[in-house]
Amino acid sequence: MSDIIKQSLTELVENIKNKKLSSTEVTKAFIDRSEKSKELNAYITEDFTSALNKAKKFDQKPNLDLKLPGVPMAVKDLFCTKDVKTTAGSKILNNFVPTYESTVTDNIWKEGAILLGKLNCDEFAMGSSNETSFFGNVQNPIDKDLVPGGSSGGSASAVAGQLTPITIGTDTGGSIRQPASFTGTVGLKPTYGSCSRYGIVAFASSLDQAGPMAQNVKDCALLQEIISTYDSKDSTSIDFKRNQYSKELTNNIKGKKIGIPKEYRVDGMPKEIEDLWQKGIQYVKDCGAETIDISLPHTSYALPTYYIVAPAEASSNLARYDGVKYGFRAKGENLIDMYEKTRSEGFGSEVQRRIMIGTYVLSSGYYDAYYLKAQKVRKLIKNDFDEAYKKVDAILTPSTPSSAFKIGEKKDDPVSMYLNDIFTVPVNLAGLPGISIPAGHDAKGYPLGLQIIGKAFDEQNILNIAYAMEEKIDFKNKITDWWIK
Amino acid sequence: MSIDLKTIKHISKLSRISVDEKKAEKLAGDLNSIFDFIEKLNELKTDNVEPLTSVAETTLKLRSDEVKSKNIREQIVKNSPQDNEDYFVVPKVIE
Repeated sequence: MSDIIKQSLTELVENIKNKKLSSTEVTKAFIDRSEKSKELNAYITEDFTSALNKAKKFDQKPNLDLKLPGVPMAVKDLFCTKDVKTTAGSKILNNFVPTYESTVTDNIWKEGAILLGKLNCDEFAMGSSNETSFFGNVQNPIDKDLVPGGSSGGSASAVAGQLTPITIGTDTGGSIRQPASFTGTVGLKPTYGSCSRYGIVAFASSLDQAGPMAQNVKDCALLQEIISTYDSKDSTSIDFKRNQYSKELTNNIKGKKIGIPKEYRVDGMPKEIEDLWQKGIQYVKDCGAETIDISLPHTSYALPTYYIVAPAEASSNLARYDGVKYGFRAKGENLIDMYEKTRSEGFGSEVQRRIMIGTYVLSSGYYDAYYLKAQKVRKLIKNDFDEAYKKVDAILTPSTPSSAFKIGEKKDDPVSMYLNDIFTVPVNLAGLPGISIPAGHDAKGYPLGLQIIGKAFDEQNILNIAYAMEEKIDFKNKITDWWIK
Repeated sequence: MSIDLKTIKHISKLSRISVDEKKAEKLAGDLNSIFDFIEKLNELKTDNVEPLTSVAETTLKLRSDEVKSKNIREQIVKNSPQDNEDYFVVPKVIE
């Protein structure tokens, strides 16, 4: 039984299809592991009883033609799940039960997967360490009191700690790729418009994307091919020809041109990140690809742009939380007082901070100076990538400027926390796909990731490059099960 | 630039988030350090740049306006902090 949790998604699917394992056995194994792993605080809501019932039901009449036959899976608590509490990591939604299912999770259940539970995340996905969650810190399975990254911190912790074979997160500025990098896992942020945003609790609508988080590239490709569908319920869903990403996956990347952007060599970046990047360059060359030095001149303006655009959109999206139709309500002397107290008590400090920034940059007299300015710089950032892609097929960078840090270390300094996303944010602003793969360890033994950025809709290409590199890197995650008594 | 307490009070009103003195001071400090960081954008000349509003270069598709969810009124109202039969209840608005 104990080796079930060590299997990759691809292996589990194969073993269930070959009837070597039943859905019940697999589901039990992950529930058992999750029960023993409460100290990680990866779950906000457990749905174990229901999961086991669904697994038993599946085994009575198994449909083995499905892509995820009876495979249990926990998902980030930002996806609305019908009849299962969905909190977005916030007090203001701590009793919200959706009456509908997000398209992305619906796609997953239609392929036979079974919901294990809802995973912890930063409140409304605003954070880079999972410390802004109303439901508490998440522990990184790599080491005690280490953040798992964020905002999909529970998701990253659950995959790395083998509480779920695979999961989905969301990525607005790096929320899939940064935690993947911090936990030695693989995380893909798809092209904007690839995965439907319907039923995902909105943060910044022009940036938000759902994506898979997995133990390896092949698993990641399989889940991407399931969750990426055109959806008329999301007005920015794009109808393009989607690949069968896992079937078309190849490690043949001979002749591919990979860009190395000099602006990603930032001040104060530890030498081990630079060394890792150089190793990555060598790996792609070993695979027969060619590297080309490129320039993305507006890179250093991406974070300031993001911290105008994302809070502006958030302040508008979060206006709906008023204590009337759902969620938490505080007592007030009149309607306005009720609104103001509800939002003051219901939102955590980071969310309030971002709503205030967003409200300010959109307010009369400041709109042009901040919001319009940021949209213009966003255009320049996108133009940089468009120029670069005239010369290269993909771009290779580090995923993060450091490895995982200790819980509490950056909590009181918002700007230093924001700098975590320096390499991931430009990708969201330009709407491109990006994948983070584990590529090595630092001196402390903590994992470090490399990011491959692709052209829009070119997920297959970056998955292939990641697949080829993964084979060369041969990364082994150092999980000691320290949290299991 | 500097965001003073008066501005914080103004933004908090617009945001419908109540803020006491202590919180206002903390927010002023945080917002000032964030805006110092954002000021970097002023290094760039953008007079002739078109703003990018969406990376999805598609026009909105039209669809027929039809009701698809049926009989979920009870479930919807159940999520409300305070309800009365089919209605959401809020503090009295009219004197």
